[in-house]
Amino acid sequence: MRNEPSLDAAHQPTQSVFKGLGRPVLVSAVFFMAVTGLAYPLATTGVANLIFPDQAKGSLIVRDGKTVGSRQIGQHFTSAEYFHPRPSMTSGPDPRDPSKTVDQPYNAGASAASNQAVISKKLLTAVAERVAAYQQENGLGTGAPVPVDAVTASASGLDPHISIANARIQAARVAQARGVPVDTVLKLVGQNTSSPQFGLLGDPRVNVLELNLALDAAAPVRPAAQ
Amino acid sequence: MGYDINQFIVILAIMAGLVFVLGKWMTHLFTAPAHNVLERGTYRILGVDPAEPMSWKRYGAVLLLSNAAMMLLGYLILRVQDFLPGDTLARAAQTPDLAFNTAASFTTNTNWQAYSGETSLSNFSQMAAITFLMAISAATGIAAAGGFIRGLSSKSSADIGNYWVDFTRVLYRLLLPLCFVMALVYVWQGMPQTLTADAVATTLEGARQQLILGPVASFETIKHIGTNGGGFFGMNAAHPFENPTPLTNTLHILSMLLIPSALTYTFGSMIANRKQGWAFFAAFFVMFVGFLTLVYGSEHSGNPMLASMGVDQAQTATLGGGNMEGKEVRFGIAQSSLFVTTTTAATTGSVDSMHASLTPLGGFVPLAQMMLNNVFGGDGVGLINLVTYAILTVFLVGMMIGRTPEFLGKKIEAREMKFVMLAVLAHPLSILGFTALACLMPSTLASLANTGPHGFSEVLYAYTSGTANNGSAFAGFNANTPFFNTTIGLAMLVGRYFTLLPMLAVAGVLAAKATVPAGPGTLSTATPLFTALLVFVVLVVGGLTFLPALALGPIVEHLMMLSGTTF
Repeated sequence: MRNEPSLDAAHQPTQSVFKGLGRPVLVSAVFFMAVTGLAYPLATTGVANLIFPDQAKGSLIVRDGKTVGSRQIGQHFTSAEYFHPRPSMTSGPDPRDPSKTVDQPYNAGASAASNQAVISKKLLTAVAERVAAYQQENGLGTGAPVPVDAVTASASGLDPHISIANARIQAARVAQARGVPVDTVLKLVGQNTSSPQFGLLGDPRVNVLELNLALDAAAPVRPAAQ
Repeated sequence: MGYDINQFIVILAIMAGLVFVLGKWMTHLFTAPAHNVLERGTYRILGVDPAEPMSWKRYGAVLLLSNAAMMLLGYLILRVQDFLPGDTLARAAQTPDLAFNTAASFTTNTNWQAYSGETSLSNFSQMAAITFLMAISAATGIAAAGGFIRGLSSKSSADIGNYWVDFTRVLYRLLLPLCFVMALVYVWQGMPQTLTADAVATTLEGARQQLILGPVASFETIKHIGTNGGGFFGMNAAHPFENPTPLTNTLHILSMLLIPSALTYTFGSMIANRKQGWAFFAAFFVMFVGFLTLVYGSEHSGNPMLASMGVDQAQTATLGGGNMEGKEVRFGIAQSSLFVTTTTAATTGSVDSMHASLTPLGGFVPLAQMMLNNVFGGDGVGLINLVTYAILTVFLVGMMIGRTPEFLGKKIEAREMKFVMLAVLAHPLSILGFTALACLMPSTLASLANTGPHGFSEVLYAYTSGTANNGSAFAGFNANTPFFNTTIGLAMLVGRYFTLLPMLAVAGVLAAKATVPAGPGTLSTATPLFTALLVFVVLVVGGLTFLPALALGPIVEHLMMLSGTTF
């Protein structure tokens, strides 16, 4: 170190490295904000809405003139005649007291996960309760295996899918509630199952909202049953 | 399982193939003499001379000052958000400490978020503050890598290139065109791209569901190609609108690895030694595959605590199985594990599963990769970090065999080793120092979502993520307090600039040295032997530095899981 000449000073003996940077630096911030923060997303929005207007607006599903949801986003179902989605950890303002937060599964305005560790008591208690509830509502014996996706909360709280195994177990309950043969319901499950993309990517899965819409169309709940 | 491994092989093979294509393109970008018409116009608007040669000090000064100005602009936009028109949801502006944290986070390519996108940012802020800062931080990192490589390969320290030219070209010739095309693919797959703030649906059971919308696709592209990682929505790339299909998940993964891996090829091309580039690529790749195996194996086995409750976690044709808490069905264990490994390797920080709910050994992987900080690494800085360790390796090996260490034909001496050690030490000092400080603060307990070893991991993860400029989190942790916003913000700045600037200095110093012809005593740095030595040094230095902290977190948690202890 002692013997080395001061390298940069040798080349630029007097000039400060900051010389003349004021204007370019300030202009660059505003200019590149306009390019990358406005021009780029706005151009993308324009072109995307021309080519894929449906997806660009959120893949909304309209039934009888009313928006009933988005193909991409899961919904909360509790009644027996619908397939149930995975547990969701989203919450929302309490309708009675907006300053408080209450559990509000599938609140698409505030995605959320449990973030609980695998050894967390909270998680283990919640899973045990869900297992019992799932076994009961689907008429399974205690000790019957329960598909893991049915009793664990998703990452987004908005997972639109369940596993095929989960859907097949629920089919019996749904068929009974709607008074149709199980085979009819299982056929709909099959029709609403997605294989891995290109036969390779991701896991096979069933879109719960689309399946329930298909159910309503093929086997409407009879008024007497309600 | 075989099917999962097929996915890994195909995706990694595509990644390796893209190294050629993009590596060549970036070499061209950094070396082509001619400026195109858009670039010339830009230089005129900025008032800069594209022909000005810059020393490393000048280059670094422009980088730092322009980043500072952009960060300030981003900060201002976040602070005045509620005065700007157009947000039908009237979301409030961020507080000063939160806006500082956000602006520092996105400028340094960290993308740590102490806020949730859907409730905190208007679509204007998502574009003009966040998308803007994501684009410029990526361009900064890649430009710095260009200047750095040029410094290592050049003969004069007075010229490591022109920062404005590198920065502008990276945006115009690489990031923006790629992002635009990719965004259209994303929209096709189901990502929203609209200026409308929300849509309201009435669900089949009659409930009201508010769907938050916005310019998501244009955000996701730069987020991943730029190894940024901040989410448009709170739950990031796990949110179906940010990541609707396994294809988009795969493209996210490929995007994150695209530039860090291709830069090894660019590096080899620009120093006229392709083998050197591949030796570095191999070092990245070996570590990556090792970590992927660990996280996949651990997540695939599931949570042993659930097995006794009658939960079926075995993989079959109709069930993905595994540890599904905090994961999405469409990705399953394979796509989620690959994403975990990629996002912390490429220091993106985007998540498609919740890292806090990973099995202990699964959660060990993101922590360890961010601590090493050079398994591919972020755009530009990953390569720079690996060269830091390559120089450390030749130094250590040179000491062992009693020869003056050389790297790329340049003698490695005291001055550059001091810069290298500054870069090597700043990283653990920030992680461990801030973690220790936070552990001493009684208020930290209030921020934890889990107690026991996982609680410690949450704090360790936060500072590791901030310093490594990653941005992912053990997300139950509440980091939106003045103490954490400030210290994590500082960790991000230390992690970014105290590794970038010393290494630009190394490039500048080495550039000025005469090249020594390789002799019989020269350790070749382009051989499998050197790759192995390099991986060894990275793991040993990282292990010695961080193992005590890891032992208190994920390792003890793993042992507790096996023994059935809960918290």
